[in-house]
Amino acid sequence: MQEFRTLTGLVAPLDRSNVDTDAIIPKQFLKSIQRSGFGPFLFDEWRYLDHGEIGMDCSRRPLNPDFVLNQGRYHGAQILLARDNFGCGSSREHAPWALFDFGFRAIIAPSFADIFANNCTKNGIVPACLPGETVDRLFGEVAASSGYRVTIDLERQQVITPGGESLKFEIDPFGRNCLLQGIDEVGLTLQHADEIRAFEARRRQEEPWLFS
Amino acid sequence: MPKTLYDKLWESHLVRCDADGTCLLYIDRHLVHEVTSPQAFEGLRLAGRKPWRVDAALGVPDHNVPTTDRGKGIGDPLSRLQVETLDANCAEFGITEFAMNDVRQGIVHIIGPEQGVTLPGTTVVCGDSHTSTHGALGALAFGIGTSEVEHVLATQCLVQKKARNMLVSVDGQTGSGIAAKDIMLAIIGAIGTAGGTGYVIEYGGEAIRALSMEGRMTICNMSIEAGARAGMVAVDGTTIDYVQGRPFAPRGAEWEQAVRFWQTLHSDEGAVYDRVVRLDAATIRPQVTWGTSPEMVAPIDGRVPDPAREEDPVKREGMQRALAYMGLAPGTPISEIRPDTIFLGSCTNGRIEDLRAAAAVLNGHKIAAGIKRALVVPGSGLVKRQAEEEGLDRIFKAAGFEWREPGCSMCLGMNEDRLDPQERCASTSNRNFEGRQGPGGRTHLVSPTMAAAAAIAGHFVDVRQWEN
Ligand code: SF4
Repeated sequence: MQEFRTLTGLVAPLDRSNVDTDAIIPKQFLKSIQRSGFGPFLFDEWRYLDHGEIGMDCSRRPLNPDFVLNQGRYHGAQILLARDNFGCGSSREHAPWALFDFGFRAIIAPSFADIFANNCTKNGIVPACLPGETVDRLFGEVAASSGYRVTIDLERQQVITPGGESLKFEIDPFGRNCLLQGIDEVGLTLQHADEIRAFEARRRQEEPWLFS
Repeated sequence: MPKTLYDKLWESHLVRCDADGTCLLYIDRHLVHEVTSPQAFEGLRLAGRKPWRVDAALGVPDHNVPTTDRGKGIGDPLSRLQVETLDANCAEFGITEFAMNDVRQGIVHIIGPEQGVTLPGTTVVCGDSHTSTHGALGALAFGIGTSEVEHVLATQCLVQKKARNMLVSVDGQTGSGIAAKDIMLAIIGAIGTAGGTGYVIEYGGEAIRALSMEGRMTICNMSIEAGARAGMVAVDGTTIDYVQGRPFAPRGAEWEQAVRFWQTLHSDEGAVYDRVVRLDAATIRPQVTWGTSPEMVAPIDGRVPDPAREEDPVKREGMQRALAYMGLAPGTPISEIRPDTIFLGSCTNGRIEDLRAAAAVLNGHKIAAGIKRALVVPGSGLVKRQAEEEGLDRIFKAAGFEWREPGCSMCLGMNEDRLDPQERCASTSNRNFEGRQGPGGRTHLVSPTMAAAAAIAGHFVDVRQWEN
């Protein structure tokens, strides 16, 4: 995974709460056995007027002009501003894969579904939690000024607004660390292989029926 | 210090912990299905790694499998490739698999407990959010993403932080005709879909203790719909009776030893929870969701709410959007909503008890003229066989239901079982999200008996009056 330190990018607002992973990447795209190529299908049912399927050439599909990401002023957005409980629903990692492939590197919301937030930090996306009132205010600022960009400083855990305001955000420390260093988590865990083996040996004694 | 059940399960699986609370948790059981595993196996191969412990894993295809004639194989080439990829990966790495035509095949969360693969006191993971189901056996069970699937395959561990403890206590007795599904929808209605975020929920109280294992699984299954990653119920006689004799359960002296240990798997007297929610079981009525989130739920004698009366603007807009999507007007009595389709199945309500309950309502009746189609999709091949032995299939077929092969089916419509745009479905599954059962499809979540009664009446009815 690529490391993440700071990023300054355009903010796109998605003003609904409980955005679920079925909406982020509908199930028909889960049939892929690849990790990439999901970007064109991000928010497929909201973004296009027709029904999407894997393998379609999305450049020819009719766009829904009302969907926020289709509006010219948000083209090239790298930061998504969202509401409560973003990423709820299924555990599909295809959701962060699609967000990343589309170009998002950070999501700001008052809260995230657990599994989704986890999946983000494993895929180069910063899930930044800010208080509800702050998020509310940011929605207002984004709407008021075209080309609204913020800086995400992961090291300091801050969102820096164009007005120079620094907003401290919450993120899981382990996930943050992995993002900062671009770590291979499996490799990290395998450094403790001896401890795992010792634990396993003890468990085999105590609960032998779990080993066949 | 007195401990909660979650504390006990957590502590007994800790391999190591860092000062900031980041821990390595040992995983006893890893269930693998075709949708969230291909990229994980690919990752293993690319890194030149081998699975840590293959005997802890079990593979099964469920999301993509057809539920009609399987003799023809899988028609959709993408679905076929995904299922074949699972077959090939399990074969390559030496993981036991119940392949599509094995009678033991079924929805991953149905077959784990059914086979005794899920046992009390274990940690159970699967690349699927409804892994919370397995917590009904007194296990710590939760869904993971594909990177974590790879992590567990390679290390038998996961990097985790401890969640907070929540007790949801359903006190007293439910009225007759109230299903586990109604209890759970009422809980979600009370705490909201983000109410359990950051917590592990333990379900307790007299009404939970009174439930069968099937009912407890229905409850734990939808923990994720309440925002909690895991849900659990303490071990008692019901749990132990359920596990005894299952193919992968311990036997003989090991069984005795296991039972002694399992009997300690409950929260200690005086254990402290970070949050306690109490519900009075007697007040729970049959539930029907009216919107596009499981918290948008009302009792059968209620009405579709009016967004104009909601003060929070974000919520109001969410309600308006949901009603537009669902094609419902504010104030409509729930009992006047007329489904086109009935779906009985899924990991929430695809177990034998669910089919028995629905069949009891349907027995001797026919589905209403307005119902376009009605499907029963048993949760596993063994549930299907059991139901056939009991003659339930004949009741369903006589009533006008289609009797299908086991799988996820119309719960998410990755195979060909999906709703058409605007088609309205009374579904025993767990998610009523936009497009969940098919693009534009409209889902109302209900219990199996409520779905069966709606099939006969042609609209939602109070199954309690139905029984009289
Ligand atoms: S039945 Fe539905 S919720 Fe359960 S595992 Fe299958 S798709 Fe997921």
